[in-house]
Amino acid sequence: MAQRQFDVIVIGGGNAALSAALTARQAGATCLVLERAPRHFRGGNSRHTRNLRCAHATATDVLEDAYSEDEFLSDLLRVTGDTDPALARLVVRQSAGCVSWMQQFGVRFQRSLRGTLHLARTNAFFLGGGKALMNTYFAAAARLGVEVLYDADVVGLDVRNGRFHSATVRVDGELTVIPGNAVVLAAGGFEANVDWLREIWGDAADRFIIRGTPFNTGTILKLMFEAGAQPIGDARQCHAVAVDARAPQFDGGIVTRLDSIPFGIVVNRDGDRFYDEGEDIWPKRYAIWGGLIARQPDQTAFSILDAKAAGCFIPPMFPPIMADSIADLAAAVDLPASRLEATIERFNSSVRPGHYDDRTLDDCRTEGLDPDKTHWARRLDTPPYLAYPLRPGITFTYLGLSVNQRTAVVMQDDTPASNIYAAGEIMAGNVLRRGYLAGIGMTIGTVFGRIAGAEAAQHATH
Amino acid sequence: MPPTDLIAHGTHVMSVCNACRYCEQYCPVFPAMERRRTFTAADLNYLANLCHGCGECLYACQYAPPHVFDINVPQTLASIRVASYQEYAWPRFLAVAFRRSSLTTAIAFAAGLTATLLLARASTPVAVAGDFYAVVPHDVMVGVFGGVMVFVLIAITIGLTRYWRDQGGRVPVSRRALADMLTLRHLHASGMDCATAEQQRTPWRRWFHHATFYGFLLCVASTTVAAIYHVVFGWVAPYGYGSVPVILGTVGGLGLLVGPAGLLATRTRRDPALSDSATARLDESFIVMLFLTSLTGLLLLAMRTQPVMGLLLAAHLGVVLAMFVTLPYGKFVHALYRAAALFKAAREGALDVQ
Repeated sequence: MAQRQFDVIVIGGGNAALSAALTARQAGATCLVLERAPRHFRGGNSRHTRNLRCAHATATDVLEDAYSEDEFLSDLLRVTGDTDPALARLVVRQSAGCVSWMQQFGVRFQRSLRGTLHLARTNAFFLGGGKALMNTYFAAAARLGVEVLYDADVVGLDVRNGRFHSATVRVDGELTVIPGNAVVLAAGGFEANVDWLREIWGDAADRFIIRGTPFNTGTILKLMFEAGAQPIGDARQCHAVAVDARAPQFDGGIVTRLDSIPFGIVVNRDGDRFYDEGEDIWPKRYAIWGGLIARQPDQTAFSILDAKAAGCFIPPMFPPIMADSIADLAAAVDLPASRLEATIERFNSSVRPGHYDDRTLDDCRTEGLDPDKTHWARRLDTPPYLAYPLRPGITFTYLGLSVNQRTAVVMQDDTPASNIYAAGEIMAGNVLRRGYLAGIGMTIGTVFGRIAGAEAAQHATH
Repeated sequence: MPPTDLIAHGTHVMSVCNACRYCEQYCPVFPAMERRRTFTAADLNYLANLCHGCGECLYACQYAPPHVFDINVPQTLASIRVASYQEYAWPRFLAVAFRRSSLTTAIAFAAGLTATLLLARASTPVAVAGDFYAVVPHDVMVGVFGGVMVFVLIAITIGLTRYWRDQGGRVPVSRRALADMLTLRHLHASGMDCATAEQQRTPWRRWFHHATFYGFLLCVASTTVAAIYHVVFGWVAPYGYGSVPVILGTVGGLGLLVGPAGLLATRTRRDPALSDSATARLDESFIVMLFLTSLTGLLLLAMRTQPVMGLLLAAHLGVVLAMFVTLPYGKFVHALYRAAALFKAAREGALDVQ
């Protein structure tokens, strides 16, 4: 490895990184991927993903119906509000080509979806999920002659005046300086860096659960800020969902997520409700609950259900805590019993009659509560009662590197770096300022990964 | 792993899988799993017998070891599968054979060979070359094999009945499931051949299994036709090289030579993580048994007029006897329990998602 010069160095080993590496290699560039994780845990957060969102004009073998660019864009704007309009338009437009581009490497997709998020029209699902995708990518990379170094922790970047010269990488305790003509930064956000999270969230960060890889500690992000790159996005903003409080601190992935929230109520540590659990259909709301719980005392909440909710949502990995009375349930999860009973009594008496239908925005709602539950409100009156303890589960952070439409990293003087490109989580904040739209993380990774790979190869070989 | 730990681990694995569901289009195990929210021992036995032991879900798994969740579906279900064979076996004390398959096989071979050599008329080998019944009288052959056959049928029927009952009674025969069995559709149902190691997909496991299965059927057909010749028409073996029993037996025998040899060869490139050692030994014992059955049979056919015929016949009958006697206590039972599992999956609609 020592002293070899590569046309393109890709830092990271997830979907964005491999999209860049495969594209650069196909364009004729020599390419080295520096993956910080060991081989077993390669693939960054892409390992835990399942699908990507893509626009399409007609039904295909992997997507139902049609999903126009305009509809995609308006869905995106609705969740994120502020965005870089040009980059948002770019990712939406180029999303349409992602499926066939992936398929050329042998990536396989599901034929339809049977899960609960009802995304068959908007999202293409990887057969076997994101790890199968990454295995296929790494196999294609090996076939094409992309070199991959695992356990490769990049600890230094030689960047002077917006120009990359080399990366210093630690493998097995040995430091090596690897020069490159261009670099693609696809090393993820800083969601697994608890110290950094603590700087932003205070002690609350100690109770965050990191849903994905423990390797996304934001090293590259920090090195680039130090080298004069322009930040984008709010450090507090992230994709965060409600996860089971019993989840491991890292890498729990999809199985710790709770999709039970619309079917009951959610109370905080004090036994009080704090947000409309039935505000909108779940795929449009699941990603706000991480942030909502993060702002509750002790970053703790409980999803409370009764027997009617059984079978309504995908059973999570951890079983519910069950009891035959609200008081017993409160005792079992250490909530103040009288307060919880009062909350539920008030809730039950506020439920208006309606026709329950969990597939539409039905007319089952409460009246006179603060906050009201505006859909799917049913009295909690049928034992056994169920509780799931909730914590904020961070998927990825939005503070990132500002890029232009060629994915070139923008420096503090507003000029683009000459040979530094970024893709994936590390620059997702250009498009996503807040909120989340299911599957768009992988679209951002694929679209900007391909652009970054092509641009880097173009720069490096000319 | 003791059975209770195995069931506890199986429940853990299925609870994680049921919350994830990324693998739901690989095979019927996952759609069948999704129809449940909790997993009893009987559920796990069903899912274990529905698993055909490919590696797709292991390599796709974000929770595969060394992840702390420790999810290895093919290996866990393989262990549960072998435990289920033992649970349903009759008589119970012979269930130990599943755990000690190499020893069982060796004892069965030794016993089979000893029995046939004792039955053979040692005084008459050379003079009557070509006449099997001069070596082992027909009535003795029929008596011994008939007796073994009856025992095997009883043992298998009781085992299958126990399994059936454990699974909640009647499961109607399904044409769809039958077609899946005859074509081994699930070994390539997600659109490509299943993986036997990471990113390694070949059709060979499927083709060699076909050769073994259909070879076995042809050999059974050959024996059946021969029995009809003897009993109904009074035509006594040996039969000519162009006769139906010999043609069926030869073609079937070749299948039963190539198939098991190929299966053994493909196993050398199979990821050991997909199974456990007890299952691997069980598989290999049965494969070797089938191979030797065919090898001795074909050698006997080729040299039936030679002086060595007497010895070859004794060897062949000994091997066949060993194979039959161990049928209810070896890999053979997978055919029955897997068939029952597929019928149940068909009824549940779990075959339809692929």
